[in-house]
Amino acid sequence: MTTLITARWELRPLFPRSLLVLLFTLPWLSGCGVNNIPTYDEQAKAAWAQVENQYQRRADLVPNLVATVKGYATHEQETLIAVTEARAKVGSIQAGKDLLDNPQKLQQFQAAQSELGSALQRLMVVVERYPDLKANQNFLALQSQLEGTENRISVARRDFIQAVNQYNREIRTFPGRIWHWILYSDMPLRETYEATNQNAEQAPKVDFND
Amino acid sequence: MTSVWRISTCLLLLWASLPLFAAVSFPPLTGRVVDQAGLLDSGTAQQLEQQLQAHEAATGNQLVVVTLKDLQGLAIEDYGYQLGRAWGIGQKGKDNGALLIVVPGLRKVRIEVGYGLEGELTDALSANIIQAVILPQFRDSNFAQGITEGVDAIIQAMGGQYSYRSPQNQSNELPPWWVIFFLPLIFLRRFGMGGFYGHHGGHYGGSRRGGGFGGGGGGFGGGGASGGW
Repeated sequence: MTTLITARWELRPLFPRSLLVLLFTLPWLSGCGVNNIPTYDEQAKAAWAQVENQYQRRADLVPNLVATVKGYATHEQETLIAVTEARAKVGSIQAGKDLLDNPQKLQQFQAAQSELGSALQRLMVVVERYPDLKANQNFLALQSQLEGTENRISVARRDFIQAVNQYNREIRTFPGRIWHWILYSDMPLRETYEATNQNAEQAPKVDFND
Repeated sequence: MTSVWRISTCLLLLWASLPLFAAVSFPPLTGRVVDQAGLLDSGTAQQLEQQLQAHEAATGNQLVVVTLKDLQGLAIEDYGYQLGRAWGIGQKGKDNGALLIVVPGLRKVRIEVGYGLEGELTDALSANIIQAVILPQFRDSNFAQGITEGVDAIIQAMGGQYSYRSPQNQSNELPPWWVIFFLPLIFLRRFGMGGFYGHHGGHYGGSRRGGGFGGGGGGFGGGGASGGW
């Protein structure tokens, strides 16, 4: 009986004090950026989801586009087949959460996407030869959707790069570096997006001879 | 000692955040019509301002008309979404903002659409509005007319009431044009009068709700369409 009472007497002042300390340190901790690394990581993941989302949107446009072009541009089998094949390749790579954490798969995914991108670009160039097609309302709508989607893709990619940069900077620079060392050592630096085309940094050559 | 630390930490943080914002500078958001290129006379600008305000009051959608002298070397697609984000056009969470950007010096026009309006103001509709409504006027240097008609069309599209127009035979479609042009005018007049009698009207730029117009933090993801003439 006496032991129980003394135990209570010891516990009672301890409880509120630790709570108080916790209450005071919590806002200080979050003000100091303890949550920054996981927050930025989530932002990077969300930005990546948006990239995938926009790629999906482009892929969804392809069947309709191919069907419309097919009716007019009868001599462009090769280009159309290239687009369809690139689309099939893109569809075969499962997008998802693990993609971002798997550099090899990510590279495959990006290669397939850029292939589809350039195939579509070729198609849109070839299409210029068919005035009837270019006057087709359905085609015009699809064309503007494709343009808009390409633009969304580049915006989403830029956002992703920015989110990853912020995350990496947080890990590498001063306050975040310490938090990373103490709490988040299992969260590695993330890769930013590589330029998708192998020769994207080269300016296109203009040949006036042909 | 502690203050030295604090200041140096602040400087460090500032320095870290600089590269994110130093890239492009945007004009100040002075109202719903930001006419940096001077394409609109004051009467038209004020009419547009009232029309856009009435539209926002009715639907919550924020539409802003911007004319610019240059794009600081960016493509209009790159500039547009950044401008929309910088101004935060549209309500936060709804992202229901849109911009009509006109750059006469570069002969470029763009409808930039916030995430939340991409369903109504689709890329295809935006492109059609540019090609069939705005550009024919711009080609004849009727900038004010092109912008007013473009705004009308965008508002219709946001309400789901715009249907495709063909860029070629616009002169044959007189009846719908009349309706399209006068219906908003009627609305405009009604709302405009309401504003006139209700408050000390027509005075923008103060600290009142109507004057201190600001974005609600809407998000942009590159939706919309561009064109050139």
